[in-house]
Amino acid sequence: MSKNYDVIVVGAGHAGCEAAYAAAKLGCRTLLLTINLSTIALMPCNPAIGGPAAKSHLVREIDALGGLMGRIIDNSFLNIRLLNESRGPAVRALRAQADKVLYQSLMTQALESAPNLDVRQGIVTEILVEDGAVQGVKTKHGVEFTAPAVILATGTFLRGVLVVGQLRYPGGRAGEPGVNELSENLESLGIELSRFQSATPPRLHADSVDYEKLTEQPGSPVPLRFSFDSDHDDRPQIPCWYTRTTPKTIEVIRDNLHHSPIQSGSVVGEGPRFCPSIDRKVMRFPDKLDHQVFLEPEGRYTKELYCLGLTTAMPEYVQEEIVRSIPGLEHAKIMRPGYAVEYDYIPPSQMTLSLESRVVSGLFTAGQINGTSGYEEAAAQGIIAGINAAHKVLGKEPVILRRSEAYIGVLVDDLVTKGTTEPYRMMTSRAEYRLLLRVDNADLRLRPLGYKLGLVGEEQFARFNDKRRLINETINWLNVTRVNPTAEVRAKLQELGSGDLKKSVSLADLLQRPELSFADLKFFADCPELPGEVIEQVEISVKYAGYVERQLRQVAEFQRLEDVKIPDNIDYMKIHGLRTEARERLTAVRPVNLGQAARISGVSPADISVLAVVLKDVDKYVSA
Amino acid sequence: MTEQTIAAIATAVGEAGIGIVRLSGKEAFDIAEKMFVTKRGDSPKSLPGYSARYGRVVDPYQGRTIDEAILLVMRGPYSYTGEDVVEFQCHGGVVVVQKILETALRLGARMAEPGEFTKRAFLNGRLDLSQAEAVIDVVRSRTEESLAVAVDQLEGSLSKRISAIREQLYDLVVRVEAIIDYPEDDIPELEVDEMAEVIRTVIGELERLIATADQGKVLREGLKAVITGKPNVGKSSLLNRLLDEQRALVTDIPGTTRDTIEEVLNLRGIPLRLIDTAGIRESDDVVERLGVERAVQLWGEADLIIHVMDGSVPLSSEDREILARTRDKLRVVVINKSDLPRVWSLDDLDARDLGEAPVVEMSLLEGELTPLVDAVVGLVSKGGIRESTASQAIVTRARHKTALEEAKADLENALETLSMGLPLDLISVGLQGALEHLGEITGETVRENIIDRIFAQFCIGK
Ligand SMILES: Nc1nc2c(ncn2[C@@H]2O[C@H](COP(=O)(O)OP(=O)(O)OP(=O)(O)O)[C@@H](O)[C@H]2O)c(=O)[nH]1
Ligand SMILES: [Mg+2]
Repeated sequence: MSKNYDVIVVGAGHAGCEAAYAAAKLGCRTLLLTINLSTIALMPCNPAIGGPAAKSHLVREIDALGGLMGRIIDNSFLNIRLLNESRGPAVRALRAQADKVLYQSLMTQALESAPNLDVRQGIVTEILVEDGAVQGVKTKHGVEFTAPAVILATGTFLRGVLVVGQLRYPGGRAGEPGVNELSENLESLGIELSRFQSATPPRLHADSVDYEKLTEQPGSPVPLRFSFDSDHDDRPQIPCWYTRTTPKTIEVIRDNLHHSPIQSGSVVGEGPRFCPSIDRKVMRFPDKLDHQVFLEPEGRYTKELYCLGLTTAMPEYVQEEIVRSIPGLEHAKIMRPGYAVEYDYIPPSQMTLSLESRVVSGLFTAGQINGTSGYEEAAAQGIIAGINAAHKVLGKEPVILRRSEAYIGVLVDDLVTKGTTEPYRMMTSRAEYRLLLRVDNADLRLRPLGYKLGLVGEEQFARFNDKRRLINETINWLNVTRVNPTAEVRAKLQELGSGDLKKSVSLADLLQRPELSFADLKFFADCPELPGEVIEQVEISVKYAGYVERQLRQVAEFQRLEDVKIPDNIDYMKIHGLRTEARERLTAVRPVNLGQAARISGVSPADISVLAVVLKDVDKYVSA
Repeated sequence: MTEQTIAAIATAVGEAGIGIVRLSGKEAFDIAEKMFVTKRGDSPKSLPGYSARYGRVVDPYQGRTIDEAILLVMRGPYSYTGEDVVEFQCHGGVVVVQKILETALRLGARMAEPGEFTKRAFLNGRLDLSQAEAVIDVVRSRTEESLAVAVDQLEGSLSKRISAIREQLYDLVVRVEAIIDYPEDDIPELEVDEMAEVIRTVIGELERLIATADQGKVLREGLKAVITGKPNVGKSSLLNRLLDEQRALVTDIPGTTRDTIEEVLNLRGIPLRLIDTAGIRESDDVVERLGVERAVQLWGEADLIIHVMDGSVPLSSEDREILARTRDKLRVVVINKSDLPRVWSLDDLDARDLGEAPVVEMSLLEGELTPLVDAVVGLVSKGGIRESTASQAIVTRARHKTALEEAKADLENALETLSMGLPLDLISVGLQGALEHLGEITGETVRENIIDRIFAQFCIGK
């Protein structure tokens, strides 16, 4: 077997899998190295994909580009639900409970059978670098693999430390060793590292739970899928369960707060605010007397139940007391205790927008190593790093998605431009143009790009084109088909609870009425039979046209600053008008345009005005 | 970059008690060294930053003293512009100040362009955008009153008002966003009525703030004072006397002034735009008729009307009509030509039409101006413009007004969206838009704030 590759991916978590698959698909000879081949695409925390905020948006975007996550979760979920249905199309979200073992198997299978891709077990301890450019990697066993591009997707393994109560010991995840050598190697290459932490709740035995006392949370009765390419099947769904903590729970936690790693300081580094441990919730919100707990099955062939809401790294006997203070869990048996993990990450402002290191050319990073949290966030970076590593090797331009185009664009830009002070999670509130970046139109936004890149196949693209054509034809038809205010029409409108009609209007005008749906139009015209996904697009496009147009205008406005390019060799130290802090931040981030510069924290609107003035006469300020 | 040293008269000519000439740039100290002799005999160049010396400004070419003055020095970067700055402060009039400036220019300084000091301050990072704008107002403000508003703005009274308004909006937006981004957490639902009420309250407050924008404009540009009356009563004479120059043509032919004449004037600290108009009468002359129409139209736009009558000729229907038609306005009535015999008395005027307007009997030909000036100043300060401004945030810049108006429009959209029963994602568009527009004034970023507040307020996450 050849030891020479185009792209080497280190780590086979959610970032690494997408990265390796994308690079291989783009024609690069790719090697995926991971510590343990049995833990490919493991879900070490919540056994779910999608869910609150914009996670499902990310999955759909990955899928639209030709990535794996959506297809694999569709084939492995235990149940799937639609969240935020009443809150509007822009913020609707999917959440699927994964059979985590099946998910891993399907991902492993997809990678093992991908052309151009070698999957291999090995602990990378060193990045080989010459003259500031990556040459390859070296493993603990002393084997060297060469490649002009390396993607690090090492998750929580860099100098990972596991914490339970006062106990701290090295490890990347429960039962798996961490890697210290690679951290030291990165530091010696001039890459700055910092520390984050994260934690996970205990897992319970399903047979030790009293279901009488729990509320069932069934899957959606309507068929739902993440991937634009998945077909529906009618596999039986397995429900989740719901309960709440009691005053007793709070009491147990309060009595044992001195054991809490956050309280005692036995864990360092920022943890995610959106995923606080139960001890932190009790400390920060003392007035809240009960907290939600969800029990989620981890797979069809395992009895393990994930305890969403009970994240903690308290000593095991305290975890037991906490669990047993909760209705339905009085006799529950813990199978895996909760714990915290503390790890090195690379503050991501050391990366460019293509996720390549500014320090070492050809070194890309994706996932938790960049300070993010979540499988979806990791996978999203993975596909971008995979594409850009491949493009670097192939001598093509990097692919950078705009903030107005994809949550993936928002994610990468936020990381690189603003950095992050806690493990970063995607939320719809982070996007400026939420109405454009919907979960339902990810294919319309990104499929053409995925196809152009070569990640989306001919057949997939033909299907997409059919859908797009149908949508456009239908919208046209709605615009040109008139409805006259005949007695019959007016009676029907009244029956549907809609206002009277005075003059002739188009079908589109009617559909704009909030109380009317596409299905109602059949009373006024001969509607064609259309697939659900087409009707969904048509309805949203027509009903929200005014709002969408407004955001499109804002995008045009926003784009004006984005279009003012900043030359790479500009010397901010020469621009005296900038405040010292701004000079330093700009020098560190090296924004590619004025819009990105404006998003850097520590750069004020006044600094941007100065930059705008200077850019008109930029030749004075570039370094030779 | 080496910038040339710039110089300018820093106080508007002829209005303040002192005249200031300011220099900024690398050579400011060298120039001061050549044109200022301190009383103590120490060298201006050697003075530490933020010090002052009494002494004489001299013309080194002719070796003559121009005036006694105070020299103020500031060393960059700790100066207003961030560069070396010197100021000459003297008591001399226009001529002296002009002479000091000319001397500085001959010694190598360049005449500053309007706003150039502020621009340098801005480019050297001494001011942020809104401060720079407020300073430009300070520089341009013609009177202390507008100075007070501008300074107020510098210290952020407007930002304070806006922050209070934003706070109410934030509370709402943060709840909306928490509900949207954390559908599975225990976040209390928002009722439509509750949302609508908050939005309406905020719209009301924005409207109040927007209303002050016009007042801000008055302070920056001056009160519009329109001189009116029938022909030949002495309107143009009044303009000329107040300006102390022969600006308008004065003849004994009625109908001399046919178009409006506008001049800016500082009356004891009140900025006035004084407008002389054509005398009001029926006329066959097209040009004169247009002038009269214009005059009548100006009544409507005036902040203040000075109605001139001639006490030496009988009252006419025009006098009475003007008095009646300007009843709602802030007015001063001048009964002119008191040097001639008086042929009618105050009682001949309709008391209701006259109302509270102060009446000044005088001779513009030979009398004292003081009673007239007293009447105008008294009226303006009583008229509320001064009082209301002192403690209130006033929107004085067009940019701010636009931002406020856009915020209001966004909220109105949100309200409409809400009333149509549309979902939260659409309502949030207007809410966030409004927050961002308000942020443009205070220079805050909205997005991160929302996220921070979600986590501060709600127990999120599982
Ligand atoms: N005796 C006397 N004559 C005055 C006085 N004020 C103005 N006049 C004279 O009145 C005549 C008209 O003065 P103007 O100032 O031109 O009057 P006006 O109101 O501008 O006239 P129009 O422009 O024609 O409407 C001139 O001959 C002035 O010299 C005054 O107080 N006493
Ligand atoms: Mg006249």
